Amino acid sequence: METRTQTDKTVDLTKEEVRTPSFDVSSLAGQGDPMLAQNPVMIDVRGLHVYYGDFLAVKNVDMPIRQNEITSLIGPSGCGKSTVLRCFNRMNDLIETARVEGVIEYHGVNLYGDSVDPVEVRRRVGMVFQKPNPFPKPIYDNIAFGPRIAGWNGKMDDLVEESLRRAALWDEVKDKLHESAYALSGGQQQRLCIARAIATSPDVVLMDEPCSALDPIATLKIEELMLDLKKDYTIIIVTHNMQQAARVSDRTAFFSVDVSERGRTGYLVEFARTQDIFTKPEKKQTEDYITGRFG
Amino acid sequence: MAVTSAPTAEVLVRRSLSAKKRDVRGRVFEAVLILTLLVSMAVLVVLLLDVALDSRSVWGERTLGNFLTSQLSADPATAGIRQALVGSLILMIFTAAIAFPLGISAAIFLEEYAEDNRFARIVNANIRNLAGVPSIVYGLLGLALFVKILGGITGPEVEGRSVISGGLTLGLLVLPIVIITSVEALRAVPNSIREGAFGVGATKWQMIRHHVLPVAAPGILTGTILSLGRAFGEAAPLLLVGGITTFFQSGDATPVEQLRGRFSAMPVLVFRWASLPQAGFRALTAALIVVMLVALLLINATAIYLRNRFEKEL
Amino acid sequence: MTTEALTPENVERLLSGSPRRRSKERAIRWFFWTASATSILITLAIVLSLVGEAWTFISQADPSSLWEIGWFPRRGLFDVKTIVAGTLLVAGIAMLVAGPLGLGTAMYLSEYARPSIRRVVKPTLELLAGIPSVVLGYFALTFITPDLLKRIFGNQVAGFNLLAAGIGVGILTIPLVASITEDALRAVPRSLREASYGLGASRMSTSIRVVFPAAVSGVVASLIIAVSRAIGETMVVAIAAGATGGSLFSLNVLQPGQTMTAAMTALAIGSDRVRGADNAFQSLFFVGLLLFLVTLFLNVISERFVRRVRQKY
Repeated sequence: METRTQTDKTVDLTKEEVRTPSFDVSSLAGQGDPMLAQNPVMIDVRGLHVYYGDFLAVKNVDMPIRQNEITSLIGPSGCGKSTVLRCFNRMNDLIETARVEGVIEYHGVNLYGDSVDPVEVRRRVGMVFQKPNPFPKPIYDNIAFGPRIAGWNGKMDDLVEESLRRAALWDEVKDKLHESAYALSGGQQQRLCIARAIATSPDVVLMDEPCSALDPIATLKIEELMLDLKKDYTIIIVTHNMQQAARVSDRTAFFSVDVSERGRTGYLVEFARTQDIFTKPEKKQTEDYITGRFG
Repeated sequence: MAVTSAPTAEVLVRRSLSAKKRDVRGRVFEAVLILTLLVSMAVLVVLLLDVALDSRSVWGERTLGNFLTSQLSADPATAGIRQALVGSLILMIFTAAIAFPLGISAAIFLEEYAEDNRFARIVNANIRNLAGVPSIVYGLLGLALFVKILGGITGPEVEGRSVISGGLTLGLLVLPIVIITSVEALRAVPNSIREGAFGVGATKWQMIRHHVLPVAAPGILTGTILSLGRAFGEAAPLLLVGGITTFFQSGDATPVEQLRGRFSAMPVLVFRWASLPQAGFRALTAALIVVMLVALLLINATAIYLRNRFEKEL
Repeated sequence: MTTEALTPENVERLLSGSPRRRSKERAIRWFFWTASATSILITLAIVLSLVGEAWTFISQADPSSLWEIGWFPRRGLFDVKTIVAGTLLVAGIAMLVAGPLGLGTAMYLSEYARPSIRRVVKPTLELLAGIPSVVLGYFALTFITPDLLKRIFGNQVAGFNLLAAGIGVGILTIPLVASITEDALRAVPRSLREASYGLGASRMSTSIRVVFPAAVSGVVASLIIAVSRAIGETMVVAIAAGATGGSLFSLNVLQPGQTMTAAMTALAIGSDRVRGADNAFQSLFFVGLLLFLVTLFLNVISERFVRRVRQKY
């Protein structure tokens, strides 16, 4: 895995015509990758609206997620990025008043169709949460739980090792597989959560601000991991950190929020290749955000 | 330093800073509060001392073992508490048998499955009300319900007024407590664990069984053991359900016979012996109370110990 | 691969999951639902059993027997006001004991006490709360009456009397008043206290004029709950107040007396094979119904007050 370096330029907010983002774009992911535009669409989002009761939290999202890419959702707080992310694995079902309109097509099937079982969706669309949340169990059992309840009867030891290797954690924990997961550091716990998520052989992995609770070194490790994982998985990540989106993602979706008396409704402003979003955004809102004028 | 007639600023400040020492009203108030506190605690001390002292003669003349294993009798010199011990034990078993499964299951529904709808609100309000119903009213329920139902399988002497009816009645009595403490224990489980389980594709029951219950178990266990302690000390419902049979007077009776026939229990025995005029029974009653209080202490201490031990393992 | 790979042919089938698993989950949910519905069944059972037999009593009883010289159920004298008066007297005495002691203790713990004191006092109160009522009954009979009341009142006080029972019930109730009041006092935000101290008020003024009024809903709730508890208390009175055969209407607390609860006990453990007046047994349920309604009413009111506390903060 390569390491990437970053040079920071300070932002001069007095300048009128700043069109470049406030950091070095030469290291953007996916730049010049000729295969990028040809990846097939894994999840197609069409006309997605999310309601909490009567209140419209997110409106009208159209977005194709392509296979083996990292798609990032960025935007100011409260614009519904996490809400949209949680639609992909039907985690919003857990909220009583949540209601979804529109279509999320996964392998040609609408995830919100009547015959779809959310449990099966979640086995194939994995999730890593903002604050690492390993189970209060040994490391081994954290990984083994998902496959076991999915009815898998294979060699668990091998699966645990493979998942931990994939998550770049094996060497650090191979001697303490039966110790509690809580004994690990924050960064290690998050990598354990990633290993746990991929143990059920999903083809999509969702990450909700996975590094926001971690220190910079742990963050870097996880970003490297993401770039490695995208060979085998499709990754969708929500992040507050623009630089992170620019570093790791192939495509970026920029969300913003409409404030009315009824509340804050999120919507998709622009969706394009990361490189384009950060160098030649089409909408002024996008430009304002990435140049740091607001948010 | 010249003495002036008007106080200087320095004197005024010094006076006000030391005002607390001279704030009579405030100190009297505080003293009154301390008095109430001391009286409240003194009451407990006096009670325990009184009981311990009253029981002296029993410990002087007999050993603890003898007291515990001798059977009930009308003669204070030889009477022991065996049947009451056994009876209390049997009662606790039946109480646990009805209150634990029912209570923990209800708590699981309320905390993990229930939506915020009318049914859930009614059940919650209902449980809170049941917790406040006087224990003797539960005795009435036991009389009207269990005694009638169990009339068939108990012996002819008692017509259903058996220790089983008593245990089931006590089970209903402590059911609200079990539910309330179990709900609290379940609520204390962090939501992040639930999300993590759902995230890897667990069903609701899989999540509850493999992740929520193990974490909540110490709290649930503590709550249930404490509720047993409460049931252990109850006499009023037993008097109603047991009626005259709870005055198991004297003689031999095996536990099996106690199941079908007359039975006794420690708090009921206290009631009985305290009402007897013979002099010897006063000391016996006090000794019985000492045993009861020690047993209660053990039960509560076990609950707290178990909770601490399992919480550490996390 | 721990889960089957998705192809266009199998994706719909795989994503729809297993019907067996779904019905198993439904059954499990239903099982837990039933457990919680049982609690409603219990309340219904209580109400039905009480009302049923109580109605039998009322319909069969001669109305004049409800206003007699006293409560002698086996002789057909069902003067309800006798035992109600007994209940009120005992509850009143209990509140005179538990009110000041509980409130004072709570206020001291909340506003004055150092953590080291709280560490000793709170477990002591919990111990007191755990003492079974029969023990308090014994204490009332063998200590309060002879060693306390007889010294004060001499021969005026009988061996069994309502005053000792009332004090015993009061002692039982102290921890309840103390803990609920303390919770209410501690729920008052620190900022209120700090504002008062910042203005130079003394601890006493702050406690009485700022903290207490802010917590008054909770205090009232604790007192109402305590009254409800005192009304429902049985064993202390059954042991220490005597009068198992029946009692004349009287307000003299130095003499034996009966409360509603003690009357119920006496009815239940009497030789009920010899029914005496036929209604004696049903009167048990009648009194029980009264008791249930009164305590239910009090508990519901106290909940209103507790809700007011929650709403404020």
